Amino acid sequence: MTISADHTAQHPAPEDRTPGPAAPGNAPEDAASEAVRKFGITVEDYMLPARHQIQMVGPDGTLNPHTEQGTQPGHEYALPGDGELMAAYEQLVVGRRVNDQNSALVRQGRMAVYPSSHGQEACQVAAALCLSDGDWMFPTYRDSVAVMARGVDPVQTMTLFRGDWHGGYDPSKHKVGIQCTPLTTQLLHGVGVAHAAKLRGEDTVVLAMCGDGATSEGDFHEALNFAAVFHLPVVFFVQNNQYAISVPLAHQSVAPSLAHKAVGYGMAGERVDGNDIVALLAVLGRAVRLAREGSGPLLVEAHTYRMQAHTNADDATRYRQDSEVAQWVAKDPLSRMKTYLTDCGLLDDDRAAGIAEKAEAVATQLREGLSEEVPVEPQDLFKYVFSTPTPQLKEQSAMLADELARDAASKTEAAK
Amino acid sequence: MSPTITTSSEANGNVSAATARAAATAAATAEQSGPRTVTLAKALNTAMADAMHADPSVLVFGEDVGMLGGVFRITDGLTKTFGKNRCFDTPLAESGIVGMAVGMAMNGMRPVIEMQFDAFAYPAFEQIVSHVAKMHNRTKGTVKLPMVIRVPYAGGIGGVEHHCDSSEAYYAHTAGLKVFTPATVADGYRMLREAIDSDDPVMFMEPKKLYWSKDQVDLDALRTEHTENTERGTSSEGRAAVARPGTDATLIAYGPSVPTALAAAAAAAEEGRSLEVIDVRSIVPFDDETVCASVRKTGRAVVIAEAHGFASVSSEIVARVQERCFHHLAAPILRVTGFDVPYPAPKLEHYYLPGVDRILDAVDDLQWED
Ligand SMILES: Cc1ncc(C[n+]2csc(CCOP(=O)(O)OP(=O)(O)O)c2C)c(N)n1
Ligand SMILES: [Mg+2]
Repeated sequence: MTISADHTAQHPAPEDRTPGPAAPGNAPEDAASEAVRKFGITVEDYMLPARHQIQMVGPDGTLNPHTEQGTQPGHEYALPGDGELMAAYEQLVVGRRVNDQNSALVRQGRMAVYPSSHGQEACQVAAALCLSDGDWMFPTYRDSVAVMARGVDPVQTMTLFRGDWHGGYDPSKHKVGIQCTPLTTQLLHGVGVAHAAKLRGEDTVVLAMCGDGATSEGDFHEALNFAAVFHLPVVFFVQNNQYAISVPLAHQSVAPSLAHKAVGYGMAGERVDGNDIVALLAVLGRAVRLAREGSGPLLVEAHTYRMQAHTNADDATRYRQDSEVAQWVAKDPLSRMKTYLTDCGLLDDDRAAGIAEKAEAVATQLREGLSEEVPVEPQDLFKYVFSTPTPQLKEQSAMLADELARDAASKTEAAK
Repeated sequence: MSPTITTSSEANGNVSAATARAAATAAATAEQSGPRTVTLAKALNTAMADAMHADPSVLVFGEDVGMLGGVFRITDGLTKTFGKNRCFDTPLAESGIVGMAVGMAMNGMRPVIEMQFDAFAYPAFEQIVSHVAKMHNRTKGTVKLPMVIRVPYAGGIGGVEHHCDSSEAYYAHTAGLKVFTPATVADGYRMLREAIDSDDPVMFMEPKKLYWSKDQVDLDALRTEHTENTERGTSSEGRAAVARPGTDATLIAYGPSVPTALAAAAAAAEEGRSLEVIDVRSIVPFDDETVCASVRKTGRAVVIAEAHGFASVSSEIVARVQERCFHHLAAPILRVTGFDVPYPAPKLEHYYLPGVDRILDAVDDLQWED
């Protein structure tokens, strides 16, 4: 292995900066001045989000007029292709089915807990589809659908929530971090993965995800700042679903928008309609491309809504009105896409039936996989604490084995 | 074959061909061979340089570790020798440093990171406890985090508040972290190389008051020892050492308290009492075998540590030894530790720190009359 990429080459460390105005032409270019050149806009216009959130297909399923789609200079977005949209729609339907199936499994006692992304499926699907095979995703507890859309086995994904271990898939194999619970701690892991890749000269991009409430955490700040200072290809993707458990966004931040926070770190931010998968694919796709091309990190805030309670253990009626929820039903990400694709002639009854069948197959897989009683292995408690168990862990494992052996013996005795 | 562990420079072997090879690869830190005066700071610095030579995935980062070489100069010269991609300064954010190291370790690197002082590692506590310690376990070993978190710790330097904490118990209490603390110059080299080689994360607690302590040490011989241990798959990891043999009672100490324990043993010898001194070296994993063998032999023990005694590493040691050596004990195991007060201001720290007299008083209390 060689370490070749010099992270200071494009973006010099302070001590390398020559004082005074940089000589044009041979001065190392940072992301902002590169953007100024590339897009012909000011640094502020590059970093500040567009004046309105990017939306391509409105809640009623009609395509916005071209001038409203995101055409501000430096914030221009092209409509994704038909194939991409159909693949995304299929994943949307699967994602919705997964959410509802998992919630049902919790009610049946098959799973300990499930933080549903019902209503946020467009964000979930776009997060997975915008990445290439070599890229990494760092999801949260709410992002199970994104993890599955990235190709992780659904039943393995649900292991965390079923409760037989803390995780069920191999992060390295899938290039998907653990579904992280301590808020925003995973963003820094994403930064580290990107940094390591950059030092080796690889063109990996990292998509690091968190919620709106989580943006108040210290690690959110540290991650954005590290990614910017080290000029790393990380796309921070904030799903603003309006609530952090019971607390509305107004109690977390009075910034003009969460995307505006990017400016303070010297990176570009963008707002997108988080229930419009067309706009999400366009905005995240461009962010990933820019990051891969060396623009440094970007922040994308998706405006969406958590349609259900925080988890099954939460009672949302204590802090929000049904009328508010009803407003968001009208903005549902699935129904608008169904209308749009049908109107475009891409979706007909046959194709819809085929997609529903695929979604049903995943639901069946989840039902069957999670109704299976998986035996837990008590000795696993000791096996993985370290690469090699310490003498103390060996003693404790022997003690438990002995207890279990005596239990078993007394049961056989009693049976006689 | 088990490795020989010594805590002085006496046991250095002959300079072999392997030594010469190792020395050649460590050209950046070329010294003449044979024992010479080396500080703990230099031993740690050399260990990092040698590890960086040996493996391009070893990276060093933290606050002021680049051009300055760290506030204690432990990373001195590493940026110059290995470039800014291998040893670099980060923004001031300890959680960021540790969290980024986690991601780097997940992606093929072996980060060796510096926390500037013990108390400034606290912003990183969440990353250390919730991720560094747990990643291997939660992923059933599919994600390993071969990373070292170096922490200059403990007092005795007249430092102001937040610069003298003995924070080892927080880490030792956390399942999934190895916790090493060297007390000698040779162990500084030996244990840091082992920590960097470890596939598990290591909290590497460096007694800051010993940074400028000196010993006659042959760094080439230590390199050879490291190479041979690597080839044989042996190491001193997880092993305590007998720092001074004795027969009447055992002093159990680690890190900054080892020289104090040795001084107490020397003073006791003049009064005709033979004290054995055990240098714990590795708090996690803990070497019950070596510690208990000594206590079974002497029948008496005092545990010495700078940290507060309450709910501490010293209480853990007393409990373990008592459980295992009860029938060999002629007296209760005593402790000489810091008081249960926040670390004192510089002019008061000498009242707080375990000193030779307090140790000898404890030894006197080991029920010799019975
Ligand atoms: C460091 C930390 N503090 C508190 C919690 C408990 N907690 C879990 S989810 C949550 C709300 C997070 O809200 P948001 O970031 O908006 O994400 P959402 O759940 O809405 O997707 C809280 C407070 C936690 N997991 N981690
Ligand atoms: Mg939220």
